[in-house]
Amino acid sequence: MDTGFFASDLGILILTLAKAVALLVPLLIGVAYLTYAERKVLAAIQLRRGPNVTGPFGLGQPFADALKMLFKETVIPAGASRALFLVAPMITFGLAILAWAVIPVNNHWAIANINVGILYLFAISSLGVYGVIIAGWASNSKFAFLGAMRSAAQMISYEVSIGIVILTVLVCVGSLNLNAIVLAQRTVWFAVPLLPMLVVFFISALAETNRAPFDLPEGESEIVAGFFVEYSAMSFALFFLGEYANMILMSALTTILFFGGWLPIAPIAPFTWIPGPIWFVAKVAMVLFVFLWVRATLPRFRYDQLMQLGWKVFLPFSLVWLVITAGALEAFGWLPHG
Amino acid sequence: MIEQIFFYMFSAVLLVSACMVITARNPVHSVLFLILAFLNAAALFVMAGAAFLAMVLVIVYVGAVAVLFLFVVMMLDVDFIALREGFQKFLPLGLTVGFVLMAEIGLSLAGFEASGTMRLAAATHRVAGLSDAASIGDLLYTRYLYVFELAGLLLVIAMIGAIVLTLTEGARPRRQDLARQHDRPIADTLTLVKPVIGAGIAPLPAREDVP
Repeated sequence: MDTGFFASDLGILILTLAKAVALLVPLLIGVAYLTYAERKVLAAIQLRRGPNVTGPFGLGQPFADALKMLFKETVIPAGASRALFLVAPMITFGLAILAWAVIPVNNHWAIANINVGILYLFAISSLGVYGVIIAGWASNSKFAFLGAMRSAAQMISYEVSIGIVILTVLVCVGSLNLNAIVLAQRTVWFAVPLLPMLVVFFISALAETNRAPFDLPEGESEIVAGFFVEYSAMSFALFFLGEYANMILMSALTTILFFGGWLPIAPIAPFTWIPGPIWFVAKVAMVLFVFLWVRATLPRFRYDQLMQLGWKVFLPFSLVWLVITAGALEAFGWLPHG
Repeated sequence: MIEQIFFYMFSAVLLVSACMVITARNPVHSVLFLILAFLNAAALFVMAGAAFLAMVLVIVYVGAVAVLFLFVVMMLDVDFIALREGFQKFLPLGLTVGFVLMAEIGLSLAGFEASGTMRLAAATHRVAGLSDAASIGDLLYTRYLYVFELAGLLLVIAMIGAIVLTLTEGARPRRQDLARQHDRPIADTLTLVKPVIGAGIAPLPAREDVP
């Protein structure tokens, strides 16, 4: 494909668009069915049936919900900053989608295989706070504003430990390229030598996506629904789907950093027959299940506990582990660039 | 061709949003325009081949610094009319300061010349085929190590200063002592009563551990 139509400007444009569609359609279907999976998993854990009326096994439920949301009225509260109020959910959802541009689902199967892939993902996830904070401010509502404040503080706090966990992985890989990060795990997945970092990363990911037990920004028992209390219809749906898209993104990131992306469990015959993208999706689904499992199991943290965990436990621990990892790599001569 | 279109698009949005930062009436809108300006600057960095710098710009300035700006500005109770009052009085002063700043930037850019080490470093790293992140790291941790460490030290001092400023002597925060909570026997925290219908519950004995 080095010559001919697909090397011209127009060809590259069409090819990139086709790649984007090929990634986005399964992703959006995945987001829709994650909402269904969450309700089914929660139901199973709580000995209920969950959605089972719309279509076989209730499989039509996400689309029924989407239709319902589409036909509802978007209410913009009086005194709200109109433009920002409508932009905020688009930011949240758009960023969750944007990040997928660099995620490799197989060897060199990414829309953009850029050299600073992991930094790009970190940058996008650090932008996620804006959707929340703008929504809280633009709603002109006390509860929304409180939720936004909580969320901003929470996301900034846990980004610090996520950054250090990513650094620890980078020290072992010696590259910022996501493809290279996965390929560095051919001998052993980083989940094994860096298990404590995996735990820190996963818990921080829960906080970063505002999921239980860190769903204080929307704590319905104290501040109604937090930052999206004033949202209705499609603007609410975008927030809702954005949260699930962010969950999938964080699971994909966990898979790439710790579970060897598209690599099979072991490089031997029956496992290597299964193509990479299926491995990738299976691993992401596994991490997502833990997200749902945690939600069904743990009660919500109190705000001071949340801050204490982030700053007094995770930050020092991950810093120490980073130093230990770097020291061990140096001592055993395993540093990627000698 | 396409690159030029994108370059002019990003530059135009950057300049317009930079102007909006100082002309927007609402300070929250100002901060949001500032963020837009940062993002466009990052896009220009990407176009110049400095992807690492672009990502660092987004992570540090947009993801952390501007969030704190927004945090503070949102909580301000700004009186917009009072803000406009002294506009004409201070206009000459503001224009003078702006002009001096611009002249300084212009002069320093006109006299700017890449030093020998910079040019050498750029040349050798291009030859060695290192990525931009690798070449920046290579320079920072060898030739500019002391400057880099000094900058880090400065940040630590600033951080300690901020912590000292917010630390209030005497006021004891209410802390949760997990060990003490776990050590309490059940008898201290829980009293089981079987109320008789119509009779109610006899008043419980006063507890000593409640402050």
